[in-house]
Amino acid sequence: MLMLSLGTLGAVLWRAEGPGALNGADWSAVRFTLGQAVLSSVLSVALAVPVARALARRRFRGRGLLITLLGAPFILPVIVAVLGLLAVFGRSGLISSMLAPLGLGPIDIYGLEGVVLAHVFFNLPLATRLVLQGWLAIPSEQFRLAAALNFTPRDVARTLEWPMLRSVLPGALLVIFLICMTSFAVALTLGGGPGATTVELAIYQAFRFEFDLGRAALLSLVQFGLSGVAALLAFAIAVPGVFGAGLDRPLTRWDRDSAVRRIMDGLWIVLAALFLIVPLGMVVLHGAAGLPHLPGTVYWAALRSLAVALGSAGLTLALALPMALAAVRLGGGRGAALQAAGTLSIAASPLVMGTGLFIMLFPLADPMRLALPVTALVNAAMSLPFALRALTPAVAEAEAGFGRLADSLGMTGMARLRLMLLPRLRRPLGFTLGLSAALSMGDLGVIALFADPGHATLPLQLYGLMGAYRMQDAAGAALLLLMLSLGLFWIFDRGGRAHADA
Amino acid sequence: MKVPFIAAGILCATMASAEPPVLTVYTYDSFVSDWGPGPQIEAAFEAQCGCDLQFVGAGDGAALLARLRLEGVRTKADVVLGLDTNLTAAAAETGLFARHGIADVAFDLPVGWDDEMFLPYDWGYFAFVYDKTRLATPPTSFQALADAPEDLKIVIQDPRSSTPGLGLLMWVKAAYGDRAPDIWAGLAPHILTVTKGWSEAYGMFLEGEADMVLSYTTSPAYHLIAEEDDTKAAAPFDEGHYLQIEVAGRIASSDQPELAQQFLDFMLSDGFQSVIPTTNWMYPAVTPAGGLPQGFETLIAPDTALVYSAGEAARVRDVALDEWRDALSR
Amino acid sequence: MLTLEDVRIEQGAFRLAADFQIPAGAIVALLGASGAGKSTLLDVIAGFLAPKSGRVLWQGQDLTPLAPGARPLSVLFQDNNLFAHLTAAQNVGLGLRPDLRLTADQKARVEGALTRVGLGGLGARRPAALSGGQRGRVALARMLLRGRPLMLLDEPFAALGPALKADMLALVADLARETGATVLMVTHDPADARAIADQTVLVADGVAHAPRATAALLADPPPALRAYLG
Repeated sequence: MLMLSLGTLGAVLWRAEGPGALNGADWSAVRFTLGQAVLSSVLSVALAVPVARALARRRFRGRGLLITLLGAPFILPVIVAVLGLLAVFGRSGLISSMLAPLGLGPIDIYGLEGVVLAHVFFNLPLATRLVLQGWLAIPSEQFRLAAALNFTPRDVARTLEWPMLRSVLPGALLVIFLICMTSFAVALTLGGGPGATTVELAIYQAFRFEFDLGRAALLSLVQFGLSGVAALLAFAIAVPGVFGAGLDRPLTRWDRDSAVRRIMDGLWIVLAALFLIVPLGMVVLHGAAGLPHLPGTVYWAALRSLAVALGSAGLTLALALPMALAAVRLGGGRGAALQAAGTLSIAASPLVMGTGLFIMLFPLADPMRLALPVTALVNAAMSLPFALRALTPAVAEAEAGFGRLADSLGMTGMARLRLMLLPRLRRPLGFTLGLSAALSMGDLGVIALFADPGHATLPLQLYGLMGAYRMQDAAGAALLLLMLSLGLFWIFDRGGRAHADA
Repeated sequence: MKVPFIAAGILCATMASAEPPVLTVYTYDSFVSDWGPGPQIEAAFEAQCGCDLQFVGAGDGAALLARLRLEGVRTKADVVLGLDTNLTAAAAETGLFARHGIADVAFDLPVGWDDEMFLPYDWGYFAFVYDKTRLATPPTSFQALADAPEDLKIVIQDPRSSTPGLGLLMWVKAAYGDRAPDIWAGLAPHILTVTKGWSEAYGMFLEGEADMVLSYTTSPAYHLIAEEDDTKAAAPFDEGHYLQIEVAGRIASSDQPELAQQFLDFMLSDGFQSVIPTTNWMYPAVTPAGGLPQGFETLIAPDTALVYSAGEAARVRDVALDEWRDALSR
Repeated sequence: MLTLEDVRIEQGAFRLAADFQIPAGAIVALLGASGAGKSTLLDVIAGFLAPKSGRVLWQGQDLTPLAPGARPLSVLFQDNNLFAHLTAAQNVGLGLRPDLRLTADQKARVEGALTRVGLGGLGARRPAALSGGQRGRVALARMLLRGRPLMLLDEPFAALGPALKADMLALVADLARETGATVLMVTHDPADARAIADQTVLVADGVAHAPRATAALLADPPPALRAYLG
């Protein structure tokens, strides 16, 4: 993993024959990048807490569907998501046209607020999923105990939920901070101009505008350094989960209570659902007309994307599970360091990673032949942080609850993995597989240098359609992509949750 | 009984396809996409060359050059197709290109052409495209755009990541020289946003997010010919329009120099040129015998073509970028 | 014979010393106040905790280097004795093969063990669908199948009612007698000791004393035990 993130950077540096220097504009890019990343991650996580709490304690029709949809914005290609967002929040979007008869608007979201809005749209669902997992990891016995002790919701929050949040939030904050650090197209488009230049865009400029590999590598190093500091900070303030294992009783909550709380929860769920679903709905609406007439090559591209997604999901698991097991076994500082290393791969600039891989592979093999495997590998690396976030606490919990029993029965190696760990990890495994598959479906960024338009993946094909003015076909392809990604996510995630109540 | 025949057929086919020499052409992605000129051109050239033409897509023009620089002399490319005059100076500097040695071509370009390494295959003018049903009287110059009411919004592309974006930078610089920063300051309130690439900007325009988008004078031809939609038009600007000339060159270290040369000759013939207008949506560098497709006559024809020579373009680029950035970051 | 050879345990400020032997086939209670170190001593014997010094031997073999699963013993914890995601039969089957690749014959033995503890036909249930007593029986059935000569019980039935607990203890005694196993059971209730334990180890004041006959010990308690019994 370090090979992928730092090794590729090293390759770029080696090729550059030494680092470049940073100028004033680069530093303002660093400031802007940090500012928007902090703001976006704090806001995403802060909003995710009440939404996740409401989802954790309410049961309603469509809850499962909503939780699946939470995966959607995150996996959409940037351009599709941005157009969906603008269809709602843009100058000619839904809100502006509703305001028009009142003599108001159009609303103008371009600027820092637009960047943060888009990043929250992308990351609120992810944050909600991560926090929700924390909630679901509290054994129902504990809530039963709380109910027996006649806890008020405030007591439950203090004794059960706050300790859980203390262990979950720093990691969630970190992951989203890192995602926002490498944002580029979203920040630029909704930032309204070059004032919204991020470090990633500066890297892009250094690489393809100035062909100054040294400066590109140096900027990438800065981006990496900042991310590293953030990772250290997050792992320093995180405390490990404190809950023992339960008997896997279905989660029933006894603290369902006042009408006010019900209304508040309902409000949070409805608001979050609207915020996520309306822009997605616009994507569906625009795509529906184009979907039936898609050219056959788009379906071939979709098949290739599916293959890459499945390969990437498998690879993610092959990388993440041993890392999670090792992190738990090492424990303490070394375990945390291992996790941090795994998380950092997301902070690597996709462009630098792609370029580094290209420099390393070009002398050895034809990069085009490797396009699909490389895509799968890089996507697996990008999914790793989420996989670790989901798997490590679950492994730790399984070991804490059942480790001694397994030890006493002499369950080691594969038997321990198959009979004790994997069944206890079903939920996070399903989530991990689903997320990495879906993430891989939608990815475009890393492999520009490897891509072969003759064997394009679906997102690449989508851009190809747009580049050929075929916006309606592109909208149809976007819908196809959305359906496939969500479908993959749903199947895996569902598989992980099946029998959870048995 | 049929099986042996089929097997023999496959055998012959593989033997036949294994034999012809391979010509590798690096180009930008949209050229080789299913909807670009690539597939038709590949078929036409292969029909006459007895070779296997393989296109390799590498992002856009600037990414294409970056890839070539990364690969250096070990590149597999025999021909590179898809650079423009803003990139040719840097491309020539790599020392990878050979002279084309083709003289006396009657190019149908608005400006004269005289370059020993690169040959143009198509061209177009940058322009702001608008929707006639929503904008009755588009501005007629950068100055008029700057003076327009502030709710007239345009979307442009970032010159650091997009070819048209860089084109606009050069356009303003070529038209206004030292006054370019003032023009940018005047344009700033009208610039709704700056996107990474052409697709994002054009998509936003079609969604009605902005009144005008930076594109090409030929863009309305697509809507007219492919969609029978005549509502889109390019706004003629008094300052003149900046010219994008797309070129190709052959690699000196190629192991197929004759084929590469043959491809460059083919590139200027009708077999290639007639494909360009309705697939790349640009003007062919040598108008084919059949003329331009119906609909192209409706496009605006700027009186003044602005363009920097390759050397000038490389010289003014960084200054122009700083001016652009300063004016728009405020 | 189980031998604790000059075993010293340290955990922070906590200290415990044990130096005694338990004859094979005996049922011995570990009696003492909460926090006296009964469970800690069991952890050392089971291999979950390394002693500061000293050795634990079974029939003359040093157990100290062995992993918990490799020791000739079975443990029942206070809780979490069953994997919540596996059925009762699977949980029992783990006693035969930790990878659960059971032959038909072994499956029959699992069903037999379940029947022996009174759970015939309930093998397909998961722990959440069993009562507390039934969960204890599943764990005992597994212990039976493992057939290890030493059984360690860390108050697994503490949560059960008196009658049920007595039943379970009687079942433990029966199983031990059938298999000839040596039983070491932690308890804080003298009645438990009196019910099935021939001998009792008193754990108090940092020392696990050598076992004495239960009846005699309880009839004439030393001062530390008297203070505990009240």
